[in-house]
Amino acid sequence: MNRYYYDLHIHSCLSPCGDDESTPDSIAGMGELNGLDVMALTDHNTTKNCPAFFAAAKRHNIIPVAGMELTTAEEIHIVCLFPTLDSALSFDSFVDSRRIKIQNRTDIFGNQYIMDENDKIIGTDDNLLSNATTISLDEVPDAVKNHGGICYPAHVDREANGIISVLGFFPKTPVFPTIEVHDENKREDLALLCKKDIKKVVTSSDAHYLWDINEKTQFFDLDCKKEDVARCLIEYLGGVSG
Amino acid sequence: MTVSELIEKAGFKAATLPEPDKEITGVYIGDLLSWVMGRANSGDVWITIMSNMNILAVASLADTACILVAEDVELSQDLLTTAKQKNINVLLTELGAYEAAVKISKLI
Repeated sequence: MNRYYYDLHIHSCLSPCGDDESTPDSIAGMGELNGLDVMALTDHNTTKNCPAFFAAAKRHNIIPVAGMELTTAEEIHIVCLFPTLDSALSFDSFVDSRRIKIQNRTDIFGNQYIMDENDKIIGTDDNLLSNATTISLDEVPDAVKNHGGICYPAHVDREANGIISVLGFFPKTPVFPTIEVHDENKREDLALLCKKDIKKVVTSSDAHYLWDINEKTQFFDLDCKKEDVARCLIEYLGGVSG
Repeated sequence: MTVSELIEKAGFKAATLPEPDKEITGVYIGDLLSWVMGRANSGDVWITIMSNMNILAVASLADTACILVAEDVELSQDLLTTAKQKNINVLLTELGAYEAAVKISKLI
């Protein structure tokens, strides 16, 4: 077994609410400073900064995971993780076709910068990224699975966009083998509340600023080599192993 | 009719009223913020039971005349302070959305 310290929920400057200083390179650099091994970039409804993040992660000795924080039609946030950059980008195209296009007002919501690996701005997304898509909660697990990924409800202990606060309870279906709990101290309570189907509880930062990124506190013990970690992790969180 | 006139005639409570003279032209009811964002019109009284900070961004974007929080939902001091800073009128009523809308409809 090898121990991997992680943070699997991080926003970059492409998320409207993400700080402009949270560039792909700075995120990977901060992870390296904090002693993390695995980091997932999970912008709202997009993976378009993942290519830059992968290149930056390599320089900073971080194992990158391509991800997205999807907003369902019900405004529930779901963390989606993919085994490869390509599979994430193909999921990105699917989500693009299901977004509700509302022009972003940068003065209200913030900038949405797409960057290259050297933190140069190469584009913007002109429509607001964080609002609901037309993808319903029931559709999400299969849609993600079709692209090789896994998904789980984000920050179930939070008022805004947490599955419990939006629906009023933790639903029986769709089945999620994993949940993300923001407050580490609430992990056990929430695992009980979310019933026996839950096998794994993840605590990530949901960082919108560089200083929010996890310290070296949360870890997985995985029986796999460094080059296989993204794939192993996804199997582990998807309920296939462990 | 202005927001301050509406408060007086309908008996709604002003939780914060930085722009009392904003003109009211209609009503929109909804709680799913993304939906409201794309559909509420400028000048609407937006009736909702949502009370988190995000409603202020939505009201700014849609340029509604005011937010009317129905069913006496409790509002945080943080929300009211921010609303004041961002010039967003926030009203309160004990009525449900339907009853509040009917009342407004008779006045405008």
